[in-house]
Amino acid sequence: MGTVEAPTKKKSDNSTKTERISGSEAVARILAEEGVEIAFGYPGGAIMPVYDALYDHQDEIQHVLARHEQGAIHAAQGYARASGKVGVCLATSGPGATNLITGIADAQIDSTPLVCITGQVASSLLGSDAFQECDVIGISMPVTKWNYQVTRAEEIPEALAKAFYIARSGRPGPVLVDITKDAQFDQLDFRYDKCTHLRSYVPVPKLDHSKVKEAAELINNAKRPYVLFGQGVILANAEDEFKQFIEKTGIPSAWTIMGLSALDTDHPLNVGMLGMHGNYGPNLLTNECDVLIAIGMRFDDRVTGNLSKYAKQAKVIHLEIDPAEIDKNVKTEVAVLGDAKESLTELIKHVKPNSHDEWLQKFRDCDKLEHEKVIQEELNPTSDILSMGEVIKLINKYTNGDAILVTDVGQHQMVACRYTKFNKSKSNITSGGLGTMGFGLPAALGAALGEPDRKVICVVGDGGFQMTLQELATIYQTQAKVKVLLLNNEFLGMVRQWQQLFFEKRYSSTELINPDFQTIAKGFYIPTNKVTERRNLEEAIKEFVESDSAYFLEVMVGKENNVFPMVPSGSGVAEIRLE
Amino acid sequence: MEQQEFTITAYTENHVGLLHRITIIFTKRKINIESLTTSESETEGIHRFTIAVTETEETVQKVVKQIEKQVEVLKAGYYKKKEVVQQELALYKLRTDSLTNGLEVERIVREHGARFLTIEKEFVVIEKAGYKRETKALFDELKTYDIIEFVRSGRIAVSREQYGLGRQVAELLATEVV
Ligand SMILES: Cc1ncc(C[n+]2csc(CCOP(=O)(O)OP(=O)(O)O)c2C)c(N)n1
Repeated sequence: MGTVEAPTKKKSDNSTKTERISGSEAVARILAEEGVEIAFGYPGGAIMPVYDALYDHQDEIQHVLARHEQGAIHAAQGYARASGKVGVCLATSGPGATNLITGIADAQIDSTPLVCITGQVASSLLGSDAFQECDVIGISMPVTKWNYQVTRAEEIPEALAKAFYIARSGRPGPVLVDITKDAQFDQLDFRYDKCTHLRSYVPVPKLDHSKVKEAAELINNAKRPYVLFGQGVILANAEDEFKQFIEKTGIPSAWTIMGLSALDTDHPLNVGMLGMHGNYGPNLLTNECDVLIAIGMRFDDRVTGNLSKYAKQAKVIHLEIDPAEIDKNVKTEVAVLGDAKESLTELIKHVKPNSHDEWLQKFRDCDKLEHEKVIQEELNPTSDILSMGEVIKLINKYTNGDAILVTDVGQHQMVACRYTKFNKSKSNITSGGLGTMGFGLPAALGAALGEPDRKVICVVGDGGFQMTLQELATIYQTQAKVKVLLLNNEFLGMVRQWQQLFFEKRYSSTELINPDFQTIAKGFYIPTNKVTERRNLEEAIKEFVESDSAYFLEVMVGKENNVFPMVPSGSGVAEIRLE
Repeated sequence: MEQQEFTITAYTENHVGLLHRITIIFTKRKINIESLTTSESETEGIHRFTIAVTETEETVQKVVKQIEKQVEVLKAGYYKKKEVVQQELALYKLRTDSLTNGLEVERIVREHGARFLTIEKEFVVIEKAGYKRETKALFDELKTYDIIEFVRSGRIAVSREQYGLGRQVAELLATEVV
């Protein structure tokens, strides 16, 4: 996100005025002051005072009652990722709080701004193993950007002000504030000042212009420069600057799964997807470029494969907001620390207009090969068995690339990310770093509530869908127009693929004997349809995309189809397999 | 890269839980912390962590960046053995009657530059500050006199630069508008 908001702290006279209110009322007012329009959560004993206060603030803050705290937090993540705002999630102590942990860990690794507020037993009971007591501060510490336990009502304004500031500034992330029940009940002299600065915290490192010049020099002299971009571009709202930069320099650019949608899929310099199931050229040619320019990405091992065989020939430039990412996985020649928007703005001034047609042609040649070996058959199967790719192709036809795509985790995720068209940023929402099955459905709900005017297509597998399908109830209750596309292969497909390729087809516990998903969706009052044959597919997809409500479409796809290309784990990017 | 002894220093806010947050960074990478000391620093209100590890420099660099990334850490850095003046403090408790057989123990204590902290009817406590090998050497010599209790503190260290990280912290704080 990067941009530190302008100081709003006005030291006017009336700002010293206070009002005597309860801690829980303070929580509700602070949420409103921070511009929170929607909060996701689940009530329980230790957070009841806050829920009681929210009852009086329903005009300002809509509370979305999920059906499981994991659903609530993934919804908050989806909301944050689609809208660019901070996601807010409430839960009670003990099991309520522990149910948030998966989502918090997911938000931490994918840099999603979240403020989680958990209730806690009364401060006098802390440490006594009281009913529903759990050390949520200790448990959440490894997976939060910051956390804090409030035990006195007076601490609430400062703790929450810091929480919002830390969550959204610099490299965003989840924070958690745990509030004891007595602190919610007790009165305080309330006044609220937003936090805009902490002396120990540098959200955005100061840009070093000499580094920008060094980077420009390398880029200007490069013969085969190559850009890898990640979510940093989206979080910094730097999509325009990014596009200007690559257009001016003519550099082929590939995306990580978290960077997807930052650049239109059809842009001539967009050469495709990086990583284990990414495109052929982007992986292979990583080991042929002479200058590698990484922008807002962190060289995840799913992107790099075996590091000892990764881009050894290249000089690496890394534009990054988080100093801890520099040299973490890949040695950098020039590190440009700062917010991507500012860094790119400066960099554009120093790079020379250029084009790299011959080099770009290499990507095109690889594309051609990948097309022949993989894509052609995936998108236009010659057998009667439906493929995931042909379903996505039809989705593109009816969304024109305008929809928000939310995916769960597995083969369908890789296929959807590989083939979906995008022409708008913040449109791809997926669990990238943690790979959390069960993320998709609730995240789609959050995205639909965050961007009510956009179509939200949620692609899930039959495995992951069953991890959080209870959130269909929340979709029904909120009337969110989530369109759920279940690609049913009656397997934990991605794991089955690995078993086929690396474990001699020993399908240990990956076959699913499934329930009747049609009946399930109907039980949640959601319009449904099911496709088992190609001749019904296009009509069904047209209706699915064009319907003006939530919709559940199940497509039976090949049981043992595989996702290719693939960089087998432990291999180098150049060892990418097409079959 | 070879493992060697490093001293990591962090200047921080005095915040409940920060100790846990910092140790997590080591546990996450399965790094053994040899010792960890927190204390005040030269600057009022600012705390200081001193962490002793044996690791490769590359890993230490990564860990230090992760430490500095924590919201409540102002500055973090690391030093090689030669770049710090370091000490540990050791206490040795012996039976008083082990002294009565001549002046042996007193001689040892003197030779090691240690001192008697207290002499009670039943026991004495000897104190020695120094490098680990020095406190260990004293331990080895006293062993024959039956050590009832032994404890050694974590490493504390200051840098050999005229102004270390502390100067950077002071400068950072000086720019703070109050
Ligand atoms: C919570 C969780 N548990 C286990 C896994 C391991 N895993 C990754 S993909 C996958 C299979 C997913 O199957 P399904 O949802 O049916 O999707 P498909 O791969 O068939 O498209 C599994 C089990 C995971 N990523 N997340």
